[in-house]
Amino acid sequence: MKNYRTIVLSNQEISPGYFRMRILAPGYDAVAQAGQFVMFRVQRSLPPLLRRPFGIFRTGFLAPDCDGMPAKEYIELVYKVVGLGTEIMQDLHEGDKIELLGPLGRGFDLGDPAQDKILVGGGIGLVPLYMLAEKLADKSKVRLLMGGRTRDDIITVTEFERLGVETYVSTEDGSLGEEGLVTQVLQRKLQKYPSARVYACGPMGMLDAVQSICATNRVALQVSLEALMACGVGACLGCVVKGAGHSEESPRYLCTCKEGPVFDAERLDWTRLQEKSECGGCH
Amino acid sequence: MSDSTTPPNNTQRPQLAVDFAGLSLRNPIMPASGTFGYGEEYTPFLDLDQIGAVVTKGLSLHPKAGNPTPRIAETTGGMLNAIGLQNIGVDAFIEQKLPFLERFSTPVIVNFFGNTADEYAQVAERLDAAPGVAALEMNISCPNVKHGGIVFGTDPKAASDVVSLVRSRVKKPLIVKLTPNVTDIRVTARAVEDAGADAISLINTLTGMAVDVKTRRPRLANQIGGLSGPGIKPVAVRMTHQVVQAVQVPVIGIGGISRAVDALEFLIVGASAVQVGTANFIDPNIMAQIVADLEAFCRDEGIADINELIGSLEL
Repeated sequence: MKNYRTIVLSNQEISPGYFRMRILAPGYDAVAQAGQFVMFRVQRSLPPLLRRPFGIFRTGFLAPDCDGMPAKEYIELVYKVVGLGTEIMQDLHEGDKIELLGPLGRGFDLGDPAQDKILVGGGIGLVPLYMLAEKLADKSKVRLLMGGRTRDDIITVTEFERLGVETYVSTEDGSLGEEGLVTQVLQRKLQKYPSARVYACGPMGMLDAVQSICATNRVALQVSLEALMACGVGACLGCVVKGAGHSEESPRYLCTCKEGPVFDAERLDWTRLQEKSECGGCH
Repeated sequence: MSDSTTPPNNTQRPQLAVDFAGLSLRNPIMPASGTFGYGEEYTPFLDLDQIGAVVTKGLSLHPKAGNPTPRIAETTGGMLNAIGLQNIGVDAFIEQKLPFLERFSTPVIVNFFGNTADEYAQVAERLDAAPGVAALEMNISCPNVKHGGIVFGTDPKAASDVVSLVRSRVKKPLIVKLTPNVTDIRVTARAVEDAGADAISLINTLTGMAVDVKTRRPRLANQIGGLSGPGIKPVAVRMTHQVVQAVQVPVIGIGGISRAVDALEFLIVGASAVQVGTANFIDPNIMAQIVADLEAFCRDEGIADINELIGSLEL
């Protein structure tokens, strides 16, 4: 976990409104866990004032520019343009200077390799699941259920397939894959693979439905949450969520940045999570 | 004869140490309460022995849950927050958090508040008795629940009464942190000085509001929040200047400090030290950077001791 100034290696639109950015990031490959995030800052820019949190899509190495030089270690972010911060990000180019704080937070628990895994991604919520799939695919059977509003929201699925992940796509308008919600697909898959472990990331409405399906089927679930946050290190207390057993008298707030962003579903108070404003994705 | 031609002595390190209200700080840079947790959150990025003091999150007699979310909203040049003073309570702080801070040589200033004057006094007494606490910073920007919820710090009489009570119960240096949400901050400043404050810190956040135009809801669950960040700095410099002129006790300047030049503005108008707030969220090492840049500024300007700058405003 450190903060440094670094540069953008590439930044490309991969689907309308979705971008993939590679950032030079020495030290990440060895330490970053699936589900961790970074706080990203466009240097010397004001606005946006605050950094923006982004889940790490993956880490990797690029061949050196010339023989004898070390390989370039990078992290990859996949982001959707939803607000001021990401509007500025989409215009960044190779060589542009940025600041990176991370890797932050608690990642996914990889669980028992013998157990089948089902990953459920809604739109940009797919991002932290890729690195998880990388870590799981060697040892476990992994199935990805990817949902979006339209086909434009279905991103990077072929990359999951290359890992050997079985993928099932659904869109609300039927423009790609099955027409309907990703949670309908989950219902069916859990009937077929009742002993699977589920991991999910996406809008709050989707997570809430996934949680209730998994609870009904008595299936273990980990979710990755998004939240507005100022610091990313547990100091501002802006990103808290209500934990299981929360009440006014004995409050149990959990910091999304430090105690999450990945939580075992039973640690959270699902009756109260819906009180949160609808998640619009990372800004 | 040689004065105009001799370059400043670059081998001598400028003195950054400041003394006020019985505190000796290695430099005038410290965090603003609520932006630095209990200190330990920042130690992966910042050496606490490089800053002048640690200032903790505000503590109350009992743990406090804080407000529902969303609690923060970014604005142009600033951010609104309505965290609701979530904290673990004074006893848990002394037991669980203070021992870690005692490992460092940096003085620990503990911020505290209460819902009633009696609660203020009780928290203050516990902190006064804790050996690792160097000074107390009293947040008077809280509603007085026994008197219709009027904020202590917006009523000079209520501010004076609660500061007098705390003053009578504690021996350690007592810093009173003022709210800017008043008509004339000099009135409150004089009231708390007369009531026995050893120092005054200002400003706390300015109250503000932001609206989500699609949902037509306030962007904070609490509707109203406190505005902080670079955008409030001119207001804070103005108020610091006014309070320095109005009182005898030392003043700590707060409000939008993000760089060394910002800190210098406050020192020049007469602040003995400054607090860095929102900028900690953006760069967790910013205070060490500001200390280094203050030293560089002094060296470049031929200033041997930063105390030469304090109150050096030319009018």
